[in-house]
Amino acid sequence: MTDVYVVGIDMIRFGRYPERTVVQLAAEAALLALDDCGIDIHAIQALYSGNIGETMTGQRTLQLIGQTGIPVVNCTNACATGATAFREGWIAIKAGLYDTVLCVGVEKMAPGMIVKKKVGNEPLPTEGLIGSETMPAVFSMVGLEHVRKYGTTLQQFAQVSVKNHHHSTFNPKSMYQKETPLEEVLGSEMIAYPNTKLMCSVNVDGAAAAVLMSEKRARECGLVARAIRVRGSGLASDAWSERNHVMQDVNTVSRQAAKSAYEMAGVGPEDLHLVELHDCFATAEILHYENLGLCADGQGGPLIDSGATALGGRIPVNVSGGLLSKGHPLGATGIANIYEVSTHLRGEAGKRQVPGARIGLTHVVGLGSACAVHVLEKV
Amino acid sequence: MTAELKLTAELKPATSYLRIDPAGAAYLEGTRCAGCDAVFLGRRESCGRCGARGGMGITRLSAHGHLYNYTIVYRSYPGVKVPFISAIVDLEGGGTVKGNLLDIEPDPARLEFGMPVQMVFRPAEVASSEGAGYIAHFFIPGARTHD
Repeated sequence: MTDVYVVGIDMIRFGRYPERTVVQLAAEAALLALDDCGIDIHAIQALYSGNIGETMTGQRTLQLIGQTGIPVVNCTNACATGATAFREGWIAIKAGLYDTVLCVGVEKMAPGMIVKKKVGNEPLPTEGLIGSETMPAVFSMVGLEHVRKYGTTLQQFAQVSVKNHHHSTFNPKSMYQKETPLEEVLGSEMIAYPNTKLMCSVNVDGAAAAVLMSEKRARECGLVARAIRVRGSGLASDAWSERNHVMQDVNTVSRQAAKSAYEMAGVGPEDLHLVELHDCFATAEILHYENLGLCADGQGGPLIDSGATALGGRIPVNVSGGLLSKGHPLGATGIANIYEVSTHLRGEAGKRQVPGARIGLTHVVGLGSACAVHVLEKV
Repeated sequence: MTAELKLTAELKPATSYLRIDPAGAAYLEGTRCAGCDAVFLGRRESCGRCGARGGMGITRLSAHGHLYNYTIVYRSYPGVKVPFISAIVDLEGGGTVKGNLLDIEPDPARLEFGMPVQMVFRPAEVASSEGAGYIAHFFIPGARTHD
């Protein structure tokens, strides 16, 4: 099977675009990715579109940039939506069906709390009656389970937010670029204990896109110099675990996807130079250090304390600013994370560049659950 | 107990898995897999753990358990009364249930992992603005006092 290369990738600056439509944002990101590698829309053989809020987003994106009649697949997979669209494109090239495909992730988000649609046949809305299922509540519980097992502290969770907001001050495409000292993080409004408002990701609008090519086509097009090889791709759904029918388990699914991606890539966590992981809430980042094998189980708290995951540390995590500060437009996040790692592997990340980065990992997890992990390498 | 019997006579179950026994007592219904012993809330035909079909037996879940995990919710959907404790409770004899923990201050200093709790049934309107006419399960602190 052919190697698959990312030859063009970009994202729009995450923010609020009340005057623009979902597909206008998607189209802008798609054109940025095409321009990043100098490819015309007519060279694209298939489109994989990731978006949760609307339908037929891929086709409507092409209506704005070139209705070439190519196959379009629309993907939705919660917060793993963008990464799933990317992976579908990767699979199609691996399968030998196409040599050049476009993957786009996009979302427009209402500010504030995500209110879940009612599903199933329960007589009453369950929120507030049968506990809580808000995203902050889910990820606060996940954090408190870590407290129960390992004694992780509120300060350690809050430090994640301090670090990622600091990183975002070097990222012009981040929604926010503001320092948030520890006292400010701890002192902001409590949303669900122990996550304060500054420990929750920002609901923003955004789009990101990638052009993938087979190795052969990338060489024919002279696009190898800035190409990124997809060394491993893992996707998992939630395997049964003891309590996950009433308490979301983001650990089992993350470990499964990471294991698949590491095995395919033939590398381990010790080989990575940077990681973009799913810090939808500050509590989650600590758990994912362990889920991705960046440290031993129970060592996530000490790892943030050590500074190893900050820019300049042993294994910088979320140097983009992460979902906490860069923002989290659900369908776009998976491809935006791949953009961030690719930009470092290309040596083009400016002030936040991780020096000498050659291998990086991206991780997103959507509740329900879906986890996608990609291992990327400079060609 | 008499107060609860009066409630179950007057109110409808707030969830699909809340049942009233012939004596008028409320309980939560689960299913247990004959193959792997996994316990689920409510009815299902096949086992999500081992995939076995047709071996799911209906079971009455215990009203006694221990607090496995929780969060205190300060911001929720529009119209939901906050703050409240969203609790995950491991029940004696199997099964894990989510519910609001009542009759205790929503303060992390008051809550301990593993503390004993009991399931109680109260009018849903104590927690939900749409709960009038329904009865729901809740938890309160305390060890088993009777069977």
